[in-house]
Amino acid sequence: MTDTLKLSYYCPGDDFDRAGEASAKVKKALQRLGVPPDVVRRVAIGTYEAELNVIIHAGGGTVTAEVSGESTLITVSDEGKGIPDIQAALQEGFSTAPEYARQMGFGAGMGLPNMMKCSDEFNIESTVGKGTVITMRFCHRSEDL
Amino acid sequence: MKLRQVQQLLGARVLCGERWLDTKEVATCFGSNMMSKVLARGKRQTILCTGLTNVQVIRTANMTELCAVVFVEDKLPKASVTEEAESWGLPLLATPLPLEDVCRLLDEAGLPSCDKGRAP
Repeated sequence: MTDTLKLSYYCPGDDFDRAGEASAKVKKALQRLGVPPDVVRRVAIGTYEAELNVIIHAGGGTVTAEVSGESTLITVSDEGKGIPDIQAALQEGFSTAPEYARQMGFGAGMGLPNMMKCSDEFNIESTVGKGTVITMRFCHRSEDL
Repeated sequence: MKLRQVQQLLGARVLCGERWLDTKEVATCFGSNMMSKVLARGKRQTILCTGLTNVQVIRTANMTELCAVVFVEDKLPKASVTEEAESWGLPLLATPLPLEDVCRLLDEAGLPSCDKGRAP
């Protein structure tokens, strides 16, 4: 695969039942494109963590996947309240998740650390009152697709 | 261990995925109601045992590529959750046993927790 395929999905923030739909579509697309299974799994987990975050914390956002022969770049952006202390948010166990998210099994403060663990390159930029942009690159480490 | 043996050991009902019970291999189990932990520490060929029945349990299992989900204490998901699991080839079981008993029985049968040795 020489071109870059770009997929983009809006994730509404008011419907927790829909959290994961975008990640599932990205996962299915990567499988169809023949991306190595281990990479697909890491992309799916990282994207799902980020998608959950924008739905729980930011009132929704956009998931974009750019797939080339060498790597998959996931960008998850929102226009939510932003993160005041990114370094604290990156620590495992740090959480500001509401009670309903905890009752659903999330909000243990493991999302951002897990995104870092899954991806080969991770970046987060956030401005309080304006929103957050997370980018994750996943190298395919195999022959061209 | 085949998933069929897990079903028989736990006296579990099959909610969906009957046709995969004799082919899917299980290597470890993961007993938890925290999907955050499952996403961070789950492994393939693992069955998730949980008391939660919401759709995010199924999606967590799909993203992490677990091989099945066992709902404890006969808790049952909505039909739409079962349908989604079926569409992904994810077998769902329901047992009357509590989570602690399920994990103990599986451990004794040779299915250790894939989260063993981790801090709670």
